[in-house]
This record gives sequence, C-alpha cells and structure tokens, in this order.
Amino acid sequence: MSRLAISGRIGLALVVLWVIVALAGPALAPHGVGEVVDLDVFSGVSRAFPLGTDYLGRDMLSRVLYGARYTVFIAFVATAIAVVTGVLLGLAAAAGGWVDMLLSRLFDIVIAIPSLMFALVVIAATGASIPVLIGTLAVIYTPGAFRTARSLAMGVMALDFVSAARARGEGLPYIVVREVLPNVTGPLAADFGLRFVFVVLLLSGLSFLGLGVQPPEADLGALVRENIAGLGFGAPAVLFPAVAIASLTIGMNLLIDSLPGRRRR
Amino acid sequence: MTAPLARIDHLRITATGEDGCEIVIVPDATLSVAPGEVLALIGESGSGKTTIALSLLGYARPGCQIAGGTIEVAGQRLDTASAEELRSIRGRTVAYVAQSAAAAFNPSLTIMAQVIEPALIHGTLDRAAAETKAKDLFRRLALPDPEGVGDRYPHQVSGGQLQRLMAAMALITDPKLVIFDEPTTALDVTTQIEVLKAFKDAVRDLGTTAVYVTHDLSVVAQIADRIAVLKGGEVQELGTTEQILFAPTHDYSRALVAAAAPRTPAVAPAVEEKPLLDLWGVVAGYGGTNHDGSPRVKILDGIDVSIRRGQVLGVIGESGCGKSTLARVVAGLHAPTAGRILLDGTPLPPVVRRRSRDELRRVQMVFQSADTALNPAVSVGAAIARPLAFYHGMDRASARAEVARLLDLVRLPAALADRLPGELSGGQKQRVNLARALAARPDLLLCDEVTSALDPVVAEAVLDLLIELRRELGLAYMFITHDLEIVRAISDDVLVLYAGRVAERVTRDGLRHGAHHPYTRLLTASVPELRPGWLEETPARDAAAAGGARMRDMGCSFLPRCPKAVDACAAEMPPMLIEDDRRIFCHRSVDTLAGR
Ligand SMILES: Nc1ncnc2c1ncn2[C@@H]1O[C@H](COP(=O)(O)OP(=O)(O)OP(=O)(O)O)[C@@H](O)[C@H]1O
Ligand code: SF4
Ligand SMILES: [Mg+2]
Repeated sequence: MSRLAISGRIGLALVVLWVIVALAGPALAPHGVGEVVDLDVFSGVSRAFPLGTDYLGRDMLSRVLYGARYTVFIAFVATAIAVVTGVLLGLAAAAGGWVDMLLSRLFDIVIAIPSLMFALVVIAATGASIPVLIGTLAVIYTPGAFRTARSLAMGVMALDFVSAARARGEGLPYIVVREVLPNVTGPLAADFGLRFVFVVLLLSGLSFLGLGVQPPEADLGALVRENIAGLGFGAPAVLFPAVAIASLTIGMNLLIDSLPGRRRR
Repeated sequence: MTAPLARIDHLRITATGEDGCEIVIVPDATLSVAPGEVLALIGESGSGKTTIALSLLGYARPGCQIAGGTIEVAGQRLDTASAEELRSIRGRTVAYVAQSAAAAFNPSLTIMAQVIEPALIHGTLDRAAAETKAKDLFRRLALPDPEGVGDRYPHQVSGGQLQRLMAAMALITDPKLVIFDEPTTALDVTTQIEVLKAFKDAVRDLGTTAVYVTHDLSVVAQIADRIAVLKGGEVQELGTTEQILFAPTHDYSRALVAAAAPRTPAVAPAVEEKPLLDLWGVVAGYGGTNHDGSPRVKILDGIDVSIRRGQVLGVIGESGCGKSTLARVVAGLHAPTAGRILLDGTPLPPVVRRRSRDELRRVQMVFQSADTALNPAVSVGAAIARPLAFYHGMDRASARAEVARLLDLVRLPAALADRLPGELSGGQKQRVNLARALAARPDLLLCDEVTSALDPVVAEAVLDLLIELRRELGLAYMFITHDLEIVRAISDDVLVLYAGRVAERVTRDGLRHGAHHPYTRLLTASVPELRPGWLEETPARDAAAAGGARMRDMGCSFLPRCPKAVDACAAEMPPMLIEDDRRIFCHRSVDTLAGR
C-alpha cells in the first residue's frame, strides 16, 4: 500500500482508536457503566475521573468507553447494509433497461422523504430499539449509495473494454463483477466512509432527541443529551461525548480524503 | 524583437526510476514563443515534446519533477509558482488541448456543461454568456449542429467531433497561450483541414499564442511559424518553418523530413474467392425506431459490403460517417434495423446475445482507443487469457503458455503478462489489444482506427505487424481508418463511406488513377503536403468549408459539397456506375468523373 499523507495517518489513527474502543471498551473501563462513583455530580477533570463525572456522579470515561460501542456498531451495521444493498442494486441498474427505470424511480421516492422526519415517524410508531434504528438508518442511506454506485458503474460501462467484453459474448454477471466492479471499488470505499459519517451524525442526533439508544444504555449522542444540564456549569461531561463524535467523524473524513488513487492505473 | 510571451530557459526535467535512481527526461531545453506566434514542437515518441509542452502549464507528470531552469508565461514564473497560483493560471492563462479527447471528457455529463466549466471556474463569464460563446466556438470549429451538440453526452458524438469540442473547452476562457498536444492526430483528413483552418483563424482573431505539439510534419507546415525539432528532450534545431522543411541543417531534422515521404504498399498474398462476410442493405442508427421500423437518427443506410477470406478491406470516410457504427454492427454490439449479415454464407444473428460462441469467436474487434479498450484493473496476461478460456475452454496452465505465444506473436516480451495496462505505452497497449483479439483465433478482425492514436514510428510498426499477421494467419481485416496513406499501405480493396452510404468501392491500385466519386477526390486532395501554403491552395479547402456531412433522405448526401452536381442529384439516389475495378455511386458519367 502506498504511503498515506500526514492527514490520512491522523485519520487512520483516530479511526483505529475508535474501533479499539468499540471492541474493547468495557474491558478498558475503570468502572461499571451504571456505577455511581462520585458523591458530587458534574465534577471536573481529575486524576480519579479523567473525563469528570456525569449528572448522577458516574465516571464519564467509563460511560464514553461503553457508549462508543453502540455508536460505532449501529452506524457500521447500518452503513454496511445500506452500501451493500445500494451497490448491488446500483450495479444491476447500470445495465439499463426497465430494472434501472424501476429502481431509480423507487429510490427517487425514498430520497424525497425528509430523512429525519422519516426516522422520527418510524421510531415513534415502532418504539426505539437497536434493530429498528439500524433498519431505519439503512433505509435512509441506501438511495444515496445506490445513486453513487449506479453513476460510477455507468461511467465504466461506457468504456471500450466493456464493449470488448460484450462483443466477446460475456454475460452480464461477468461484466459487472469482473470488468466494472474492480474499477469502482476505490470510490465506493470512499463513499462507504462518507456514508458512515452521515449515519453517525444522524444516529447521534436521534439519540440526542431521545429517540436513539434508550437508558440505561447510552450511545455518544445520548450521553450529550443526559448531561446537557451540565452545560451551564461548563462540565466536561457534556463536552467529551461531543468531542468523541467529532473525532470519530473527522478521523473518518481525513482517512477517506487521502485514500490512495481512486483507480489503479 | 518583442518580448516573448512564454519562455523556457535551461529546463531540466527528471523522473525517479523504479530502482530509485534519477532518469533525465529533458536534460536542457531552451525556447521561447513570441506573442501571436505558433511554435511547433516536433519529434518522435519519447522525444519529450509533451513533457516540455506540459511544463508550460507548470505541470510535470506523476513521478517526474522540474529539476532546474525557469519557465515563464505572460510574466508569471511557473516553476516557482504555488499550487494555488498554478490553479488560477491553468485553463485561464494557459489552456491545454490533449491528444485523446475521449479520456478528457466525463462520460456522464453533457458536453456543454464540460465545455463551459473552465469559464465558470475562473469566473470569466457567467453561464449564459459562456454558453453563447461555446456555441460560437462550435460554429468556428465547424461542428455539425452547433446549437444542439452541447446537449449531447460525449459517447453520442464521434471521436473527431469530441476532439474539436475539447478545443472549444480550451478556447472558452480566451487564454493567452494554448498548448495543442497532437490535436489532429486522430482526425480524418478533411476534418483536419477544417480544424487547422479554425485554429489558424482563432490564432489570428484572438491573438492567441500557441504551442503545437505533433509528429506530423505536413501538419506543422500549415500551421506553425517556427519549428523546434526535439530529440531526447533537447532542441536539435530551431528555425522558421521554411528553413526546417527545405533547408534542415541538423542530421536528425533531415531524417524526419525524409521519413514523412509516403510509404510503399505491401505485396498482398493471394485472396480466396469465397466470401467470408457479406452485408446486404444494412440500415442502422440511434435514438430508437420510427413506426416503420427505420431508426430515428439514421447513421448507416443500405450498406452492402463483402469481404473474402484473407482479404483486407479498407473502410475510409470522415469523422462521424458511421465507420465505427459499421464495425459495431458487424460485431453484434449494435443491432441493425434492416439488412442481413452473412458469415460464410449463413445468416449471422444481429445481436451478440443470439450469436453462438463459435460465431462470436470468428469475428473479433480491436477498438479505436487503446487507452480505454483494456480494463485498467486486469493484468495483460489475464486479459489475453480470458478469450482462451471463454472460447477454447483452456485451463490456466495451457493458457499461460498460449499467452506467451500470443505476446510473442505481437512482438512483446512474455514478461509483460504480469503488468497492468497502465504500465504500458500506447503502442504496447494496442499490441495487447491485438493479442487479445487474436487469442480467439478469428477469421475476421475488425480494426477500428487501431493506429490513429499512435505516433508515426509506433503506428508504422503496428501496421507492419498487421501486415505480417495477415500473411502468417490468413486473416481477413475490415480496416477502418481515416488515413488514406494507411489504406494504401494495407488494403486490397477500399470502401469509401460518405454520411452513412457507400460512395465508392475501388481496388487499391485503382485508387491512384481513373474515375472517382467526387468525395474520393476530395479525400485525396485533403492529405496534407509537406509545404507551407498548401492549406491555402488545396482545392479541398473550399469544399471542406461546407461543414459537417449529413445524410439526406433524398438524393446524394454529398450534394452541398460537390463541384460536379447536376439537377438529378437533389432528387434521386445516385445510381451505381460499374467499371472493372470500381463501383461508384454518382449521377455523372464515368467519363465526367475521370475528367476526360
Ligand atoms: N449512442 C449514440 N447516440 C446517438 N448518436 C450517436 C451515438 N453513437 C454515435 N452517434 C452518432 O453517429 C454518427 C456516426 O458515428 P461513428 O462513431 O460511427 O462515426 P465514425 O465514422 O466512426 O467517426 P470517427 O472517425 O470520428 O470515429 C455520428 O454522427 C455520431 O455522433
Ligand atoms: S451524385 Fe451528384 S452530388 Fe453526388 S457526387 Fe455525384 S455529382 Fe456529386
Ligand atoms: Mg470511429
């Protein structure tokens, strides 16, 4: 692999950090997630509590370490579902014909629904649970992935080497998998990262509104919401979850911006 | 002498090789361009002409760096400019017209959006003004349908049209200096005249200064004020056009001038009498069909072609006349709306889907642009091995040996099999293309402009290879080109297409004398000669100015440009005149056409 630019390395480091936290967070946490360990609430940064304590006097570091796994896990699964579905359908649509017509119109409709409103309605109707969250987020972000994949694949489909394969008599599956896919994986990987960032932000937003992960569990967005009262005291408890969200999304952005050449040439 | 507009002083450009050591591409180049002047950079492939031209954009290709010297354009230093400054210079002060327009356009955006983009980026014009200007440029560049062409997508115009659209994109910001990098290499001769003329007019009217990179001395003779002959990244000789053409002092310039002379045709092997491919009354077009089943936009109309086993049929005609469409119809990529295709006397289904594997195998196509015809993500070996597995069911081990044999057949080292297409030169790519088609063991090879994107030395070699392969393998070719010299060198028979209809079919030797269709005459007169002023004198000049060819529903399509037209030409389809070695579609008699 070619060497990443400095910004890309920072991004990579941040993303790796958050993946480790998501995988091993609970093992690293000094205290239990619900344990009230401080007599005071919203206490500041101290040796005992590196990120302060929250509105009940729980250790913020442990809360963030536990909370991150929800954010990362839900966002990753939702993005993966959205991108895999979107790319499969986008590639199918790139071949043209009625499949393209049908799928494009269908996703136009989905895109026309304001995403936050859609999420609010679905969650209000079915109740907030992790599968519902994942499903809703996946539905919201599939059309975008579909459109990206479709337009990338259409660009490649117009090239002569695809004509050469068609003239040889190759079937559509071969053309899509062997000729088109290798030439769009780079941009699609970048698209995955970008969509992941969107999902993290929307998920955090939903949790902040109280529609995401429900107490006693809390993801990063919910941690901000719980501790919003601490804003008046300048408590670190409200700052650190927000910083966590920001570092995750910025890290991902830096990483995809510096991905090596979109296409190997 | 006035102060130069652009100046390169002791330029040194180096690249870092695979083993990390430094390779000098341009050791020490010095030249200057005066305002309003056209300077030609001429030299063979690898002589560094593009590298030097690109340095005038402050650009060095990836892996290369400007290691020394100064570059100055319109008072701005480019070698020391920041990325930010370069961005505002490129496309605004200095514009670039690339060799391959196909690679420079985004296939999924309309042409207009891309042509006006530089003006919008640099904020020189608002959208409406830019579109008006673009249409004006389309007109200047003699594009057919200047009002509507902007709404099309790049794949909907022919290769030659796209090249002119790219020139429009470069000129839209009224740049001080325009760099033309082999802009007419891929154009047919009659279009080339129009484009050259348009460039000359643009240079004069807009006061644009230009650097014109090419390998074609006869083109240079028409357009350049001065010529710099390059070799190995060094200026061998710099002089006025007349001086270089008629009194070259340097040995290398003399060799170049000598090489521009026409080549002698190859001796053709015996051709069997049995027809291999027959096309009867083929009609094809784009944009769906009307109620009566005819295409909305008719591109080919009533084409009859026959190719015998082992025969080479040259298909010639100007850009957009439907040559590529014809090849795509034969290959089954584009379904004709009427007519029949016969292979060995048996009907061939119109589309790939319904052809049997064996039918597919026997007709192979080699595509126009080597750059896009190979999948950049697939290694050379894998690309060639695929038809072996597909048509002949070969396993990996035997395919490997066969790939090596095929690479050898096209004169490439077997070690190339592991490379990706991006790591090959243009000529090598085209050979790999050829090897992939040969892997199928075809009877008929459809060669669509296989040499037109290559520089002359490499094109010559590929052409020689094709001639040899024909002798070794007894292949028949449909050889599509716009270059009359190449047709003369390789074909047995020549089919002249005009606006989607056959104008004339003649044997190669018949091409030199006797009666001809007026369009064939125009073509012959359009091949540039190696002297300045030819562009102004050639009889082809005025005829060419009639603009792009369009198919007429009634009568002869060539009518608007024809010096010999009579009343019947407008109303009736031209009849076929039969002479022993030619068939001409024209209302005039053979005697009139022969000028007797
Ligand atoms: N997909 C398409 N849709 C509509 N028009 C098209 C399409 N493809 C080609 N055309 C038009 O059909 C005509 C013939 O195109 P074709 O590519 O066969 O020309 P050509 O003779 O090969 O030209 P060149 O020498 O420039 O390659 C052109 O006018 C072109 O604009
Ligand atoms: S038919 Fe008429 S217009 Fe056409 S080429 Fe002959 S003389 Fe010219
Ligand atoms: Mg063509």
